[in-house]
Order: sequence, then structure tokens, then C-alpha cells
Amino acid sequence: MRKPDSTPMLETIDVARHFDVSRPLVQRLLAREGRRVLRAVDGISFAIEKGTTLSLVGESGCGKSTVARLVVGLYGPTHGSVVFDGQDLAQARANSEQRRRMQMIFQDPYASLNPRWRVRDIVAEPIRAFGLTQSAAEIDARVGELLTQVGLSPLDGQKFPHEFSGGQRQRISIARALSSNPEFLVCDEPTSALDVSVQAQILNLMKDLQARLGLTYLFISHNLAVVRQVSDRVGVMYLGRLVELAPAETLFNTPRHPYTRALMEAIPDLEMTGRQRIPVGGEVPSPIDPPSGCPFHPRCPLANDRCIAERPEMITARGTAETLVACHAVEEGRDRVGEPLIAA
Amino acid sequence: MTVPLLEVRNLRVEFPTRRGTLVALDDVSFSIAPGEVLGVVGESGAGKSMTGAAIIGLLEPPGRIAGGQILLNGRRIDNLPYSELRKLRGREIGAIFQDPLTTLNPLYTVGAQLIETMVTHLPLNPAQARAKAIEWLELVGIPAASQRIDSYPHEFSGGMRQRVVIALALCAEPKLIVADEPTTALDVSIQAQVISLLKSLARDKGTSMMLVTHDMGVIAETADRVAVMYAGRIVEIGAVRNVVQQASHPYSAGLMGSIPPVGRRLERLQQIDGSMPRLSSIPPGCAYNPRCPKVFDRCRVDRPELMPAKDGNLAACWLYAEQGVPRHA
Repeated sequence: MRKPDSTPMLETIDVARHFDVSRPLVQRLLAREGRRVLRAVDGISFAIEKGTTLSLVGESGCGKSTVARLVVGLYGPTHGSVVFDGQDLAQARANSEQRRRMQMIFQDPYASLNPRWRVRDIVAEPIRAFGLTQSAAEIDARVGELLTQVGLSPLDGQKFPHEFSGGQRQRISIARALSSNPEFLVCDEPTSALDVSVQAQILNLMKDLQARLGLTYLFISHNLAVVRQVSDRVGVMYLGRLVELAPAETLFNTPRHPYTRALMEAIPDLEMTGRQRIPVGGEVPSPIDPPSGCPFHPRCPLANDRCIAERPEMITARGTAETLVACHAVEEGRDRVGEPLIAA
Repeated sequence: MTVPLLEVRNLRVEFPTRRGTLVALDDVSFSIAPGEVLGVVGESGAGKSMTGAAIIGLLEPPGRIAGGQILLNGRRIDNLPYSELRKLRGREIGAIFQDPLTTLNPLYTVGAQLIETMVTHLPLNPAQARAKAIEWLELVGIPAASQRIDSYPHEFSGGMRQRVVIALALCAEPKLIVADEPTTALDVSIQAQVISLLKSLARDKGTSMMLVTHDMGVIAETADRVAVMYAGRIVEIGAVRNVVQQASHPYSAGLMGSIPPVGRRLERLQQIDGSMPRLSSIPPGCAYNPRCPKVFDRCRVDRPELMPAKDGNLAACWLYAEQGVPRHA
């Protein structure tokens, strides 16, 4: 294990990423419309302590994958900053020694591995790119070691990706990500393309590797049950903003934001055979034209005039002191904690 | 026991390939009673979607039914000519697929598609069908249905589109609905809405449903009985509560155990090592034997058929032959 170090592995400070989705100039002039901006991520702050896992959950279009890309530098922020181990990300990315310390695992193991490369070349690429070892024999030994570490055989290095199942391919992606000895891994939906029994294998593997190598994870998922199994802290996103950020057990035992509560309600659970649920109505609005005030207000059973007018900031929630929540109802104490969100 | 609405007997589906014939479904038998919801679960490639496709006569060539029978209301439907099959689809069997965007024709308004379906199958003229179409859209929870009926599929969001697909599948009032992963493409909060809609409509209309999904949570909430599939065969079938909470077959038990619970945190998830065999290399004996924690000699040689197991479930596992669990247990 590394020495305890209080500098967060990664910190985002009010980071935002907007995309210009305007139509071409002439069409825009003809239709007399302005520019259209999609606020994929709109001012998000969080920190990940070394050796821990922070998860971001939310539905499609909430901006969680954009955050993943922002923190590894695949996108630059529109404003705000990303700080990697005390250093601005843009500076850190300029230095290959710093760049080596972060890696990413993607969702689809069928798309993220080059089908024309042998597995050993896929896994060895970061070793060569960062110049970690020069001799071919050493690279071979290291690739064999990495494949063993993720539960494959060193002999599998000879094969091509199509010879492997989805779960094995995701193991190859993990081996490749680990090959540069990173400390920080960004995992964007690493198990959502996999079957459940295989998902369990990969999640267990990720936990083992974290314990053994002291890795820090940013874990992006839409699956709350998976998030509960792997996270130390959890952030819930809605329309490009964090609505709740709390230690995992606090969040799952006492969710505070009405959206978090609605999500928990919505998950079908094995232990609930034949249960009748009351789903929250409506759908996620468009991030191009988000609702005024709190973005969740059109669907929120607790919304009032203030929620329509004023955008809530992240505040400490009364009752669960470690929870940050962006909700006027929680602030004003009219959130009926412990009762069902929608009366039956 | 009532007369089943749908009966599948020893269904076998083959895919001829250059390297020999692959058996995608092997000896699949089950039935669905009127008004019953049967869940079909399993991992990708287990044959669950293939079973649904065989029933509606939409197997992708070169796949073909090589053996067995499919009976709807006692009438064989697996050997019907194409024209007969067309009358059957929509009228007697409705289908809901995973991706609502590819199910709907993007060039026609949703109203036109609903009206076409109803005029084809029901004794209605277009004006009556239009009124009925608006009713259906209201029923599936589309706001301002009388205006939205003239919208095109792209003008709806994903959840709303899936509601239109449900209306389309139900509008000719079929007796059976084959729903193949109806909520997989949707977000959780929308999933919950669509599932409760499907459930209540099926109940109100007395429609039977075959619900194919890999999401056990959805099955647990919706289905009456569940069939678990593995490598082209049904390995267990029984009442939903029994299968979910005390599965008989080691594979079903492993599958249920590997689902992460949302209610609590586990130090380690239960995992099934290895992966499902490819169709070209299904092991002899029980297909699950290389991964099974309870494997013994017979499993590697003889293939088990479905036999009575715990709590009235049927399981294809030699454990129950050896232990001689009484049928009424």
C-alpha cells in the first residue's frame, strides 16, 4: 500500500463542458434562431481520495460519460478545472510520466480492442508508448504477468480479440489499462455490456486489483445495484449537474434528493416479487433547453414555486451531515424523509 | 390445469453453416396458460430471443425449425405458409422488441401505423380505427393523444416510442404477446413506467405474455412463471418466487446469486467462473457441467431432461434424479 496522502487523486472544481449544437450558419439565419448550446456537464465539483472509488450514476444523457472524458483529458473543460494529484490536468497531460498514471476502461469490449492486433500487442502498446521497458523479452514477461493478473493465461497473448468472449475481452481491456502501472482508472460503464454472471467476475476482479495495487477508481454506471457494490462515495447526476453526493452507505440507506429517491424506487428488485411500484412520471428533459430553477422540478412531487424559479446549490443535508444535496425541499425540511415519495 | 394458450413441444432450431449444423435450440418445451406471464431468462446466446422469434415465425435465415411443434390454441403454427402467418401476427400474437426506433416505420405517422394494423385485422373502417387508435394512445399514457396521433416516430422520446410500440402490439387485441427485452433500451425510471403499463394492460385484457429479458428484477416483478435457459435448452422452469429465491438448478442458483443486490453491500459477489459455451462446442452430457460446482460423473456423460426438483420446479439436473426428490415437494 502507498503511504497515506491527503491530496485527492482527482478533484474537479465547478467543471463544465458545453457543446455547440447549432445548425449551420445559413440555416440559422433563415430560421432566425440563435446558437444552441448543449450543457452536457454544467458545473460539477467532487474529489476522489487516493485508494477509494467514487461512482457517478444517472440516466442516459445526464453527462456522466462526459465527466469521464473530462477527467482523463479527452475533452477540455469549457470552464472550471480538473486537478490531478494537486496539478492542473492540462499540465499533467503534457507530461508523459503523469499521463501514465491515469487510464480508462470503456464500456464496449467489442469496440475498444483493435480486431487486427494480437492480444499481446494490445496489452504491450502502453508499455511501448511510455517507454517503460525496452527489451522484447521484458515486455513479453510483463504482458504474461498482466494477463495472469486479470485471470487469463499468458498463452492467450497469441490470440486475436475475436477468439474471446465479452467478459474475457473486458479482462484484456483491464490488462491493457494496467500495463502502464496507473494509479487512477476511469471506468465508463465497464460491465454494462456483459451478462450478470460475467459482470460479477469483472466487479470482483476490479475489487481485488484495487486492494492489491491501491488503485483509485472513478466508476461511471447507470446501475445502482452495481454502484452499491463497488463504491466508497457516490454522486448522482441529473441533466449535467450533481444533485447528491454522499458516502455510498449513507446514500443507499437514506437517499435525500427526490431524484435519488425516485431512482431507488424504480429499480426492480429480486426480493420484491409481485410488488406494485409507483414510478415517478415524466422523462429526462432535453439538456439543450433545461427547465428553469431545479432541473428536476417538472417531475418532482415536492416541487414548489421556489424550485421553479431558483436553481438549488449543493448544501449539507440536515440529518445526514456527510451528504451534499442540491434541493430546496431538503433545505427547508419539507422532504418527508423515510416516507414514500409519492403517496399510494 | 387449463388448456394452454401456447404450447411449445420439443422445439429444435438449427443453423446450417459451412462448418456443420449448429443447434441453437434443442428440445425446448413449455406452455403458457391464458392470462399468464412467462418470463424467459438467460445470458446472451442462451436462445431466449430465438425462442420468441421461432414462435412469431421471424427466425432469421438460415435458421430454421428442424423439429418439434408450436401450438396456439391447439392449432399448429410452426408450419403455416407465409400468408397465414401474416394474418396470425398482430391478430393473434403481438410482438414488442427491444428497440422501439427500429420497430416503427419512420416514414409513417404513428396513427397511420396503428390504423393500418387495426384495419387489417379487425372489422373496422379507417375512421373507426382512428378513434380507436386515439383511445389506445391514451391508454398507454401518451399525453394529448388526439394531436400526437399525427406525429412521426422521431418526434417521440424513447420511453414514449416504446409506449407506441406497446399500443401497436396490443391494438388488434392478440391473445399472446411476445415481448423481447421491452425495457432494455430504456432508462430505469422509464423502465418502471413501461413495465407497470405492460403489466396492467396484460391483466386488464387477459393477454398472455412471454417476456424475454436478461433483467431478473423485471421478471421477479412481472412474471408468474420463469423459464431459465442455458446453451439452447431450458434448464429450469417454475413459479417465479421459487426460481428466484430457491432455484433448483445450479445454473439458475448461480445466476440469481450473481445479481448485485441494491439493498445491501456484499464484500464479494457470487460469480460463475468461465462463460457459456459456444454453440459449436457444447460439451457432452449437461452443457453446464464444466462450470457447475456440484458436477459429478453422470453429468459429463448423460444429458439430463427436465425432472421434478424443489418446490414443484422442473430442473434439468441429475442432482434430482439421484436424490429422488418427491414430485409433490
